[in-house]
Amino acid sequence: MLDLIQPQLPAITLAVLLFAASAAFLVRFERARAIALVAAGVQVVLVSWITWIVVGQDRVWVYTIGGWGAPLGIDLTIDGVSAVMMLLTAVVGCVVTVYSAGYFPPKDSYRLFWSLWLFLWAALFALFASNDIFNLYVCLELLTISAVGLVAISGERAALFAGMRYILSALAGSLIYLFGVALVYASTGVLDFDLLATQVSIDPTTQAGLALMVIGLLLKTALFPMHFWLPPAHANAVAPVSAVLSALVVKGSFYIIFKLMHVFTGHEMIPGLAELMGILGVCAIIWGSVQAFTQKRLKMMVAYSTVAQIGYLFLLFPLVAAADDIQTAVLAASAGLFHAVSHGLAKGAMFLTAGTIVKAVGSDRLEDMAGLSRLAPIPAFTFAIAGVSMVGLPPSGGFVSKWLYVSSAIETGAWWWAGAVVVGGLLAALYIFKVIALFMGSGKEPLQVGVSNRVITIAPLVLALMSLVIGVFGQPILDLLYPAVESLTAGMMR
Amino acid sequence: MTQIEIYLLAGAAMFCIGLYGLVVRPHLLHKVMGLNVMAVAVFLVLVSVARRVPGPTPDALPHAMVLTGIVVSVAATAYSLALIKRIYTETGAVTLQETDDDA
Repeated sequence: MLDLIQPQLPAITLAVLLFAASAAFLVRFERARAIALVAAGVQVVLVSWITWIVVGQDRVWVYTIGGWGAPLGIDLTIDGVSAVMMLLTAVVGCVVTVYSAGYFPPKDSYRLFWSLWLFLWAALFALFASNDIFNLYVCLELLTISAVGLVAISGERAALFAGMRYILSALAGSLIYLFGVALVYASTGVLDFDLLATQVSIDPTTQAGLALMVIGLLLKTALFPMHFWLPPAHANAVAPVSAVLSALVVKGSFYIIFKLMHVFTGHEMIPGLAELMGILGVCAIIWGSVQAFTQKRLKMMVAYSTVAQIGYLFLLFPLVAAADDIQTAVLAASAGLFHAVSHGLAKGAMFLTAGTIVKAVGSDRLEDMAGLSRLAPIPAFTFAIAGVSMVGLPPSGGFVSKWLYVSSAIETGAWWWAGAVVVGGLLAALYIFKVIALFMGSGKEPLQVGVSNRVITIAPLVLALMSLVIGVFGQPILDLLYPAVESLTAGMMR
Repeated sequence: MTQIEIYLLAGAAMFCIGLYGLVVRPHLLHKVMGLNVMAVAVFLVLVSVARRVPGPTPDALPHAMVLTGIVVSVAATAYSLALIKRIYTETGAVTLQETDDDA
């Protein structure tokens, strides 16, 4: 039986999500919730199984849907990097599903949340498994449409406007990307990543194509200064949606940029592109942190913190480009990808717990949250733990990724990037500790009564603790990343 | 200048017109139309790219991409229009500038 299932695993995993999403669309709230919970559990098992096979056989798993194969058919390709991103999606997704089960009142107005969320999950899985620039366009659009639906689901005024702003910028990003795909196809005649790697040559059409693809994706990843749509969308969505958007969705388009830079040897194709992305990353860290510090609403602050943390991801590119040998390049690339994982866990925890706090306090204003730690100790504690990872204090996942960044910056001799990492950590400490001090302090007689719902109190804590655990036991993740990153970064060095 | 190049340049120009409309026009319907012009421009580029192969039959793959793109574009447009309608019935607003009081 297992022998029959195992070769079909990637297709089954995707099919489970799509089937569950369609089924959840047809039924009432309680049924849809049950379907989502079962699907989330099954996902964790299936994705762990896939990862185990990828690790055990130390290979890239290529699954050809219907047996057609590239260039005509669609391949699902799973290497170490995509396995790590899928695992992150499964873990965060599972916790978010459980949280949502406790968060939403069982009203049919929130019925569609389950279906949209499962579609979004399926789009993410397909995105991380895609190996073809046009399939990635389709995945991005699926991701966008389900994400915008989720942002607007509360039907509140601010959420509707945020969703509108989100869909306009996201669709523009997708179309700019698609224009780039058309140009690349015009000059190479292929779409598959592996075929592209052999066909690509430096000519104006390909350069313009790559530039357009990267611009479109930067808009979707919300890298400074194209982040304008992110804070309202992430802050005005309901808590589980904010968590998914910040923890997972922005990582999807980042992952595509990472793959593109490898396949097109981006540093030679467009000189200075890597450094430009690094500089924008530094600007994002500073601007996002300053904005986060000045916010008066908790979820807005967490959303601006996402703008800042996205900046760290992009330090990967100049550091890999500056590396002299493959070890240093692998170190830098692993730092960026590990940051994607640790930020995913910590930011997921932070947005979920922010939702719990807002429910407990009955307001999103920071001034109403003074003295929270006495009324709702566990959410305040969860926020602090997630904050530790955001600042990058040991022993957290955020510390490991920053440590890897600083080491690779020093080894390449490009130490100024290490300065950006350190300054970013200090700035994060400012806005995180400001909130924690507020929680610990005494407030005016506040608030509604604490949180009575145990699910939405505990679920974020689990995620926050995970962001600590990967700081101490992060080696398996790095072991999973290294071999895949090694073959990917070779093309990204000068 | 060959015929294909004229079509390609027309596509690029249309793309810029659509992008201009999306950025500059405040009315939400105009913005969605801008996106549609951008999408059609990309399809035009793809169809011209399909003609670049020698011989009478064009390359079929870009055509398949255009068909997929049209499906995606229809769905995205329908969704945006539904959202605009909802915004209009809830708030009476037709532009994004009317949100300033939320910040």
